[in-house]
Amino acid sequence: MAAALAAYQAGVKDILLIERDQYLGGILNQCIHPGFGLHHFKTDLTGPEYADRFIKQVAAAQEIEVSLRSFVVRLTADRELTYLKPGGMVTLQPRALIMATGCRERTREMIHIAGTRPAGIFPAGLAQKMVNIEGWLPGKEIVVIGSGDIGLIMARRFTLEGARVKAVVEIQKESRGLVRNVVQCLEDFQIPLYLNHRVALIHGRDRVEKVTVENNETKETFELTCDTVLVSVGLIPENELIEQAGSPDPAKPNLPGLFVCGNSLKVYDLVDNVTRDSQKAGEAAAEYLKNA
Amino acid sequence: MLRKMTCIECPKGCQLEINEEGGRVISLTGNQCEKGLAYGRQEIESPMRILTTTVLTEGLDLKLVPVRTDKPIPKARLLEAMALISGARLTHPVAVGEVVIKDLLCLGVDLIATRSVQ
Repeated sequence: MAAALAAYQAGVKDILLIERDQYLGGILNQCIHPGFGLHHFKTDLTGPEYADRFIKQVAAAQEIEVSLRSFVVRLTADRELTYLKPGGMVTLQPRALIMATGCRERTREMIHIAGTRPAGIFPAGLAQKMVNIEGWLPGKEIVVIGSGDIGLIMARRFTLEGARVKAVVEIQKESRGLVRNVVQCLEDFQIPLYLNHRVALIHGRDRVEKVTVENNETKETFELTCDTVLVSVGLIPENELIEQAGSPDPAKPNLPGLFVCGNSLKVYDLVDNVTRDSQKAGEAAAEYLKNA
Repeated sequence: MLRKMTCIECPKGCQLEINEEGGRVISLTGNQCEKGLAYGRQEIESPMRILTTTVLTEGLDLKLVPVRTDKPIPKARLLEAMALISGARLTHPVAVGEVVIKDLLCLGVDLIATRSVQ
């Protein structure tokens, strides 16, 4: 939305915004905690509030057409793109294209945890969507792997919703999350943070039953019973369409008229910085169109 | 009693050591600026938090509407507030910023919607 608005303000008057979901706002809609907008809006907002301010600006800019529930399935090197939307399939060739496709979460399979493959192992962001958007609580006794911000925030969220968070287990010697989140998400609720520890084994036949936690230095182990494991071990920019278009390095697409912004460019900590850089992408696209 | 805590006013995360007696700060060390002193005092005397959560809806577009308290509430009452909120149902459309529960737990704080729902 920030890129579209910046291009619009730079004089581009024919803009289509393609969104996969039923609503604008992307991942912000499930990030119901505060801490957004301190730089850009100089006030502390929750994710949905931050998104709402942009949704209103997009709605006010009449030349920006929004296509919801629209999923791009094909992109070529000369920017011919095909997307599915309710009732049809559309192919068009914009003169400039800005990709803001976000990230995917790293999964349990990517971090080599031994053990069985029972139900009850979720990426933390998926669990966030279940709790905050769908209203399901995926478990009652939780162990969180990884101390990134999403994992810390979900530890607090599950606690507030009545689940018991047994521990957050971090393989590094310090937390990867913001200090504020360690204090307000873990210390506030006396949730133990095991630094320099790893989950060595997940046990359970049909459902998660317990995990074995190992100290990286002493190799001492202990067990924690739980019915759910949340995995919060990082994000990977989502750039399959750019790969499909034939670029060897999605971070530097080198395809004329193609611009990338947001978490699909690199993983950001602060949404305010996403907005700032996305505005640059929108301006760059406008500049490209003037010169093309 | 000696208490240790991490200051969260900025990313430096100073380790504060606070000598407190019955909820009153007697001495505070480890801070690198005035903000650390104020933070430590607030945390000992009356820690406050903004609560963000969701309220179930009935007959609206979204299953849940995200909400927050419009001012911080005492940390000790977070779970009490959650128990009250989990029993609440929103049955009419709201816009961002509109009150969903007025005067939560008689604290003089309103619970407001953070997303519009039709």
